[in-house]
Amino acid sequence: MPRILIILSRILVILFTAVSNHNAWSVELLNVSYDPTRELYKAYNQAFIQHWQNETGEQLSINNAHGGSGKQARAVIDGLPADVVTLALAGDIDALNRYRPLIDKQWQTKRPNDSTPYTSTVVFLVRKGNPKHINDWDDLIKEGVEVITPNPKTSGGARWNFLAAWAYAKTQYGSDEQAQQFVSRLYQHAPILDTGSRSATISFVQRELGDVLIAWENEAYLALAEQGGEQLEIITPSISILAQPPVAVVDHVVDAKGTRKQAQAYLDYLYSDEAQHIIAKNYYRPINPTILSQYSIQFPPLKLVTIDEFFGGWQNVQKIYFDEGAIFDSIFEQINE
Amino acid sequence: MSAILSNKTVRIIPGFNLTLGFTLTYISIIVLIPLFCLFLYSTQLSLPGWIKLMSSKQFLIALSLSLTTSLASALLNSFIGLLFAWVLVRYRFCGRKLIDNCIDMPFALPTAVAGIALTAIYAKNGPIGQFFAFKIAYTPIGITLALLFVTLPFVVRTLQPVIADLPREQEEAASILGATPRQTFIYVILPAILPAWLTGFTLAFARGIGEYGSVVFIAGNIPYKTEILPLLIVTKLDQYAYEAASAIGICMLIMAFILLLIMNLIQRRLNRALTKVN
Repeated sequence: MPRILIILSRILVILFTAVSNHNAWSVELLNVSYDPTRELYKAYNQAFIQHWQNETGEQLSINNAHGGSGKQARAVIDGLPADVVTLALAGDIDALNRYRPLIDKQWQTKRPNDSTPYTSTVVFLVRKGNPKHINDWDDLIKEGVEVITPNPKTSGGARWNFLAAWAYAKTQYGSDEQAQQFVSRLYQHAPILDTGSRSATISFVQRELGDVLIAWENEAYLALAEQGGEQLEIITPSISILAQPPVAVVDHVVDAKGTRKQAQAYLDYLYSDEAQHIIAKNYYRPINPTILSQYSIQFPPLKLVTIDEFFGGWQNVQKIYFDEGAIFDSIFEQINE
Repeated sequence: MSAILSNKTVRIIPGFNLTLGFTLTYISIIVLIPLFCLFLYSTQLSLPGWIKLMSSKQFLIALSLSLTTSLASALLNSFIGLLFAWVLVRYRFCGRKLIDNCIDMPFALPTAVAGIALTAIYAKNGPIGQFFAFKIAYTPIGITLALLFVTLPFVVRTLQPVIADLPREQEEAASILGATPRQTFIYVILPAILPAWLTGFTLAFARGIGEYGSVVFIAGNIPYKTEILPLLIVTKLDQYAYEAASAIGICMLIMAFILLLIMNLIQRRLNRALTKVN
């Protein structure tokens, strides 16, 4: 099946190139991203198009595709001609080389901070007034608390949630066994597992399901902005995980389309002061420390662990926790025995 | 009927070779080649891999959940659909056309929209869900409900033309000969509509096994509890386990194929029995 898709995708790339050459006055870029960056890239694209025109006089048009991170990676693998990918996990970008070399293996060293221009973290969203007194991870496994989190098998965001809980339990209780026990109890408090971060947010906010939503910080702020802060509040736990959604140029596609220069500039500009402010306004944590400190009310400091230091990188994480028959599977097997 | 078929020189569409060629090409490109590739792809999974996948508890539970909920909804819909079809064909009343058109709505509506709407309505705080003491959304009851919604048109639309074609005279003759309404139904109407009824049931059942969009929102997706088979395929795909995903797809295809085959055989038996009686 992929072989046919590859051939089809080549045809698509050729057609796409033909079309973009035809309209030589306007270069098109496609940014394939994940779900909660809709608002961020809408604002950033405008800024970058303006910046690029001032610099080079070239008119750009930028298209964005959003969806679950894993699904988006699969679309690119199957031939979606993305110039740049801005996904939720490094693991999803690594997966691009699954069937053919789409991207330089060293992509993560190409830009500062492991190619991560912004970070986020995992926080709790609770009902106004915090009726169940949820202040830290331990409160999630108290009697009668229902936790809403998506399914780590289908959602990149849910994997961050899982790992954040694990990191807390391991630092608090010491061993991997106790961490697994804690996470297992946490999932016993989950009445449903949605397929994506957005649908989990909808379950919590609109269906009024559960007492606490484990959410990305930016997703939590967006939910708050939508509700006007009248029904919900954000709780920052003592320890969480440093979510590093990375960005990369898809070498195979930009070489075929001749858009390498523009695609690289598009990602490089994310590190500029203007972009870092846009990032902060869209509730992602900018990596520029001075700009981050300007938004310190929005981003209270907390202890953050990283995937590389705490878990030994995404490939390790995937293998140990989320692959077939790995820890996540065995947790649910255990729960249902 | 047989007289027309035996007259080989008269064909309604000219150029048998051309039309057959077109048919074969079309069906190859649209159906056969994609399905063949699916089969081809699943062969990349080794035999132990197949055995491990097919005997895993998660797969078996998802399989039985998918089968039982589809069976329940197909059975329920057979009776509800028969009732709908009967009323719509045999009675004239205000709003009949409207209801008739509504039956097709589940065909047209994106299933995900239906799923979200059903979940919103039948959730604990929903306009209908709040009146029930037990949980509907996020349980197998909710899954069955979503399947009921999606598969209703299959039964109604297969039964309608058959009921419309039923000769009234036979029923009248039966009642003149002293048959009770129940006897008329069992001995006169039921044999005539049974083949179409079975087709409707089978279509609904097969559709229910493969349904994803409407179910995934209302199911809750808890592994070993409310995880349906199509969701398992999607989770495999999201982990880049293409082989396992296509293997489960093949399983579902084979199940649907066997189901349709059995129903075809039963129908053929029935038709033969019925023509003998007549």
